[in-house]
Amino acid sequence: MTDLALTPPRRAFVLRHPSAVIFIGILALFTIGVTVLAEGFGIGVISTSFVKTLGKTLCLCLVALAMDLVWGYCGILSLGHMAFFGIGGYAIGMWLMYARTEIIVQTSLAAAPLPPTPQEISDGIAAQIFGVVGASEFPPIWAFAHSLPLQLAAVVLVPGLLALVFGWLAFRSRVTGVYLSILTQAMTLALSLYLFQNDSGLRGNNGLSGLQNLPGQGDVPQSTISILFFWASALALGLGYLMCAWVVSGKFGSVIRAIRDDEARVRFLGYSVEAYKLFIFTITAVIAGIAGALYYPQAGIINPAEIAPIASIYLAVWVAIGGRGRLYGAVIGAAFVSLLSTWFTGGQAPDINLGVYTVQWVDWWTILLGLSFVGVTLFAPRGIGGLFDLVAARRMPNRHGQDLGPDAGALREKEADR
Amino acid sequence: MSTLLEVSGVSVSFDGFKAINNLSFQIGEAEMRAVIGPNGAGKTTFMDIITGKTRPNDGRVIWGEKSVSLLSMSESQIAQAGIGRKFQRPTVFEDQSVADNLMLALKKKRGPLAVLRFRASEADRAAVADLAEQIGLAAALHRKSGELSHGQKQWLEIGMLLAQEPRLLLVDEPAAGMTAAEREHTTALLVEAAKTRAVVVVEHDMEFVRRLGCKVTVLHEGSVLAEGSLDHVTADEKVIEVYLGR
Repeated sequence: MTDLALTPPRRAFVLRHPSAVIFIGILALFTIGVTVLAEGFGIGVISTSFVKTLGKTLCLCLVALAMDLVWGYCGILSLGHMAFFGIGGYAIGMWLMYARTEIIVQTSLAAAPLPPTPQEISDGIAAQIFGVVGASEFPPIWAFAHSLPLQLAAVVLVPGLLALVFGWLAFRSRVTGVYLSILTQAMTLALSLYLFQNDSGLRGNNGLSGLQNLPGQGDVPQSTISILFFWASALALGLGYLMCAWVVSGKFGSVIRAIRDDEARVRFLGYSVEAYKLFIFTITAVIAGIAGALYYPQAGIINPAEIAPIASIYLAVWVAIGGRGRLYGAVIGAAFVSLLSTWFTGGQAPDINLGVYTVQWVDWWTILLGLSFVGVTLFAPRGIGGLFDLVAARRMPNRHGQDLGPDAGALREKEADR
Repeated sequence: MSTLLEVSGVSVSFDGFKAINNLSFQIGEAEMRAVIGPNGAGKTTFMDIITGKTRPNDGRVIWGEKSVSLLSMSESQIAQAGIGRKFQRPTVFEDQSVADNLMLALKKKRGPLAVLRFRASEADRAAVADLAEQIGLAAALHRKSGELSHGQKQWLEIGMLLAQEPRLLLVDEPAAGMTAAEREHTTALLVEAAKTRAVVVVEHDMEFVRRLGCKVTVLHEGSVLAEGSLDHVTADEKVIEVYLGR
C-alpha cells in the first residue's frame, strides 16, 4: 500500500506503481511470445484454438480485475458481475450476427431477376436469424443491430446503466453483505431465465452463434482473426489494469478500502458511502461488459447459460483463490483456475484408476475446485497472491526506530540490531 | 455566546422502550460540555441522534447560525456540515497507515470525482505531519494503524476528528482503557480543541470530568436530570440518588 501522505507530488506513474509496470511487462512478453508461436503471423507451434483459449483467458482476467475492485477493494461481494459480462457479449453478438446474415441474404437475393427491396432484405435476415425460435420479425431490441458503433456503445452503456439503476436501488436502501450478494444473484438469475425464453428476442436457449466469423472478412483465416482478438484482449487487460491501479492508488483507493473495513465510520467522516459504492459498481460493470464483448467473438457462441448464477460464483472463486485486494492476485487466480479448468474438463487430464473406481476429471474437477476454494478460504485467505508476501516478508520490517516491545523500557530497534 | 446546536423535545423509542424522553440540550460555539449518566441513560443514543444514525420520533435538532434541521440530513451530510464523532471503541482503518488515516479525514472535498483527482499538496502533507505531532504520533506516521496501542489508536481517532475541522466534536469515552499519563495527554488535547470549537464529552469517569473543568449535563432515563458545574450537580439530591449514591 502506498503511503499517500508521503508520496512526493510529482513522481512518475511507474515509480508509484511498480507492480503495474511489472505486470505490463509480463503481459507484453506473453503477447509477443504467443504471437511468435501462433499460426497467424508466427511459426505455428500453437494451434488456433489454443490461441483463442488464451485470448478468452485474458478476457476472464479482465473481468476478474473488475471483481477484485468491487469485492477485494470495496467489499461488495457482487455475485452478478457475469451478467454484465454476458450483456457485453450479447451486444456485440447481435451486430456480428446481423451483419453476417445481411451479407448472406444479399448474395442469395442478388440472383433474383428484380433487385431486392430493403424490406425484403430485412425480412430475409429476420427469417434467417429467428427461424430457429419460430419467428420471422425483428424484435424491438434489435433496432440498432445494423450499426456497429451503436452496438459498441451498448457494450458499455447497457451494463453501465443496469448497474447504475440496480446499485442505486440497493445501496440507497443500505443493503449490504450477504443480502446484497443474494440480490445480485437474483439479478443474474432473472436475466438468464428471461433470456431463455424464446420470445425474449435473443433466440432463447439457442443464443447467438457463429460469432467467430467477422462480417465481410470471410477470406481472412481464423488463425489471423484469433491473433487479432488476442491482441485486443491483451490491450484491454493492460489498459484495464492500469486504470484499476490508478483508481485504487491514492486517496480514492484509501476511501474504498476504508468502506470495505468500516462503512459506518467512513460515513461519519463525511463521505457518501453510497455514492462511492455506486461509482465502483458501475465502472466495474462497464469493465465486465467490455471483457464480455471481447470474449464471445473468440468463444463463437453465447447463450443464456453463460450468465447463470454459477458463472458469477466461479468469478468470486477465481478472485478468492488468486488473492483478493490485490490486482495481480485476481489476474493470477482467473488465469490459473480457468486454464486448469480447461485442461481438466477438456479430457486432457489422465483419469485416475483406483481399481474399484475411476476418477474422471471431467466430473471430479468441480469437486476439486470446490475443495480448493474451501481450503484457500480457511488456510490461505490471501490466496496465491499471498505467496508474494512471503518473499516480501523476508526483508526486515521497517519499524522506524520504535520500541520492539509494548513497554517504555523495551529494547529499541537500534539496540536489538547490535 | 450564540448557540451552535439546539436539541429540543427529542424522544426516541425502540420497540416501546423510551431510550430518549423529551430531551433538550444546547451548546454554544466554543464550549466544552461533559455528559454523564449511568448505563442506559441514553448517552450514546443522544449522539446517534445528532449524527444522524438514529432518527427521533419527536422533536427538533437545529444546527448553526442558519438554523438548519439535522433531521433531514444523512450521516455524511451532517459530518460535512461540521459535526465530528469519536466512538467509544477506537475505530481507525487498521489496514492503512497513520498518515493515510489522517489524510482521509483532512477537510477536503468528499465527492468521488474530486477524490479521484485528489493529489496531496505540500500544505496537506504539512497539515498531516502537524496533526501527528499534536497527537504524539509523529514517529509512527508510516506505521499501519492496526499496529498501534489502544491509547495511540484513541489519539489517532481524535487526530482524525481534528483533521475534519469540525465545529462540534462529539467524543464518547475518550479515556477508556488509557493509562494515567495517556489520560493527561487526552485531557490536554480536548481542552485545547474546545478553545476554538464546541466539544461534548461523554464520560463515566468522574475524575476525568473534573479535570476537564467544564459544565456538566447529567442524563438519566433519556432526559436531562441536572445541569451545571460538577460541584453543583454532584450536590444535587436527585443525582446522588440515581447515580453517585450507588
